Amino acid sequence: MAEVRITGLHKRYGAFHAVRGIDLDIRDGEFTVLVGPSGCGKSTLLRTIAGLEESSEGTIEIGGEVVNDFRPRDRDVAMVFQDYALYPHMNVAKNIGFGLKARKMPKPEVDARVAEAARMLGITPLLGRFPRQLSGGQRQRVAIGRAIVRNPRIFLFDEPLSNLDAQLRDEMRGEIKRLHQDIATTMIYVTHDQIEAMTLADRIVLMRDGMIEQQGAPLDLFERPASTFVAGFLGSPRMSFLPGTLTLDGSAAAIRLSEALLPVAPGRSLNGAIDGQAVLLGLRPEHLTRAHAATPAQGTFRYDATIDLLQPTGSRSYATFRLAGAPVMAELQAHDVSRPGERLPIDINMNRASIFDAKTERAI
Amino acid sequence: MAAVAPVRRPKRRSIPVGRILLLGFFLVFVLWPLYWMFNTSIKPSDDYLTVPPVWFPTAPTLVHYEAALFAYRGLDGLINSLIISLSATVLSALFGTLMAYSLARYNTGGQHLSFWVLSQRFLPPIGIVLPVFLIYRGVGLYDTHIGLIIAYTVFTLPVSVWMMFAYFRGMPKSMEEAALVDGCTRWEAFWRVAVPLAAPGIVAAAVFAFIACWTEFFFALILTSRSAFTLPTVFRAFIGFQGAQYGEAAALAIVSLVPSIALGVLAQRHLVRGLTLGAVRG
Repeated sequence: MAEVRITGLHKRYGAFHAVRGIDLDIRDGEFTVLVGPSGCGKSTLLRTIAGLEESSEGTIEIGGEVVNDFRPRDRDVAMVFQDYALYPHMNVAKNIGFGLKARKMPKPEVDARVAEAARMLGITPLLGRFPRQLSGGQRQRVAIGRAIVRNPRIFLFDEPLSNLDAQLRDEMRGEIKRLHQDIATTMIYVTHDQIEAMTLADRIVLMRDGMIEQQGAPLDLFERPASTFVAGFLGSPRMSFLPGTLTLDGSAAAIRLSEALLPVAPGRSLNGAIDGQAVLLGLRPEHLTRAHAATPAQGTFRYDATIDLLQPTGSRSYATFRLAGAPVMAELQAHDVSRPGERLPIDINMNRASIFDAKTERAI
Repeated sequence: MAAVAPVRRPKRRSIPVGRILLLGFFLVFVLWPLYWMFNTSIKPSDDYLTVPPVWFPTAPTLVHYEAALFAYRGLDGLINSLIISLSATVLSALFGTLMAYSLARYNTGGQHLSFWVLSQRFLPPIGIVLPVFLIYRGVGLYDTHIGLIIAYTVFTLPVSVWMMFAYFRGMPKSMEEAALVDGCTRWEAFWRVAVPLAAPGIVAAAVFAFIACWTEFFFALILTSRSAFTLPTVFRAFIGFQGAQYGEAAALAIVSLVPSIALGVLAQRHLVRGLTLGAVRG
């Protein structure tokens, strides 16, 4: 168990600048998810922590010790790879015990620890099989077994679930979360899947173009995104962005979207914003509900919407309509809406809405 | 109304006449010279060139084998060939694997070194044999096993390196990386993970190297004389001023086939996988 501190980390491949100045503190036992679109440098960052890539600049500390010049084997980390990277010429037991054997652990102890890891993951019956005889989910369990058997200071996961089908992915996600609860070791997990990030993380580090765009608890990022990039990346279906103008009239602020004037929640800080500033109003589908009360509640804006696209999912339906010319999606109860073309009163909860500067795309 | 199911007649597969003809022709094409060679090797000398030919010798004899192996020193050539070819094959596989791994994983020498290695095969042998001969005479390698082993290792290395290079490049890096994180040094990750996985490629490269050494004639002719001569050079003696010794030539040719065939059978499983150059993985 150990904390990780990364300071001023850069990684360049020739002219390509993959990681551009990362500062990151990961607490002992924390589950940190590095998330971002492909090519954002998250995997490179993880591989640099593992020692599989050399950093170009900056330091990496594990447990208070600068490990920049340590070989991967001396960093006491374990890694689970996207393609599992099992050794095809060894059976499951040998795969799991390989790291212990490489560290010259006596055989009886290796066997005991392999058996214990296999029991934890429910793969004891598979110990004699070879990787080619296993399904994707079983291979992934073996890969995780190979990591936990060593009892490392840090676990690194490089998109471990992206080769699995959807159902198995959900199942393994739960298992990884449970694993973290059971062994409480520091884990750093790379994914491009925002649902994995939201469900697994104690802390999400959202990366873009080799830099950290925003980091924090999943709900913080979800509720208070620092930019349209973060807001758009987290949450499915995506947040809708509506271009408008900020109007400040004394203490009351509002956003004008062509003919509609949406009041900004009173007491919301609008530091630095000026009257007439071009903004983007960010609305998540769950910020919109079908109006049932006679008058809208405090901080909500009622709008008569004409639904032009309906996507039922069973319990809920995603309804798309146009507000001031821009498409907006609302997540409604399935019984609240029946067909496209229907006219509905929709309440927009402005207390939860996000406001971004239209030019910089940063939150106001 | 009960419907009567039509009686389904199992479709009979028609006899693939074209395929049988083609395969038959191919078989004859390949096996006929072998048969004739074997036939000649056990015929009495008088029957070599008779018209009509003798298809099955009535009095088979082993005199040609005896003459080829002992009088013409074919056995010495065979032993020399085995020593030289096997040594060169092992060295070529060893150095080829190391070099190919280095090229594939560390990009040693940038993009040019790997091509330079292959470019060594562009040189026509005739262009270098004379300087090599002079150097060998000077340093005492002429007509020695070591001399020919060195020469053959050098000549087979480019192809070994390129076959292995392609193989290593087709292997995902992540298994070696997993080994590094698991606690291996670079050397252990190479030796305990990369090499076992590359075994089919190594075997394929080694078989190619062996065949190249086993059949090599030109350098053996120039660089050896009475002691380190190899099997192919023995064949020279069968065409002399007394006429051609067809029986002895055929007998020695049959003998020289044995190691190649044995090797091919032993390595067949690896060979097929190796030649796909990493495309097929378990």
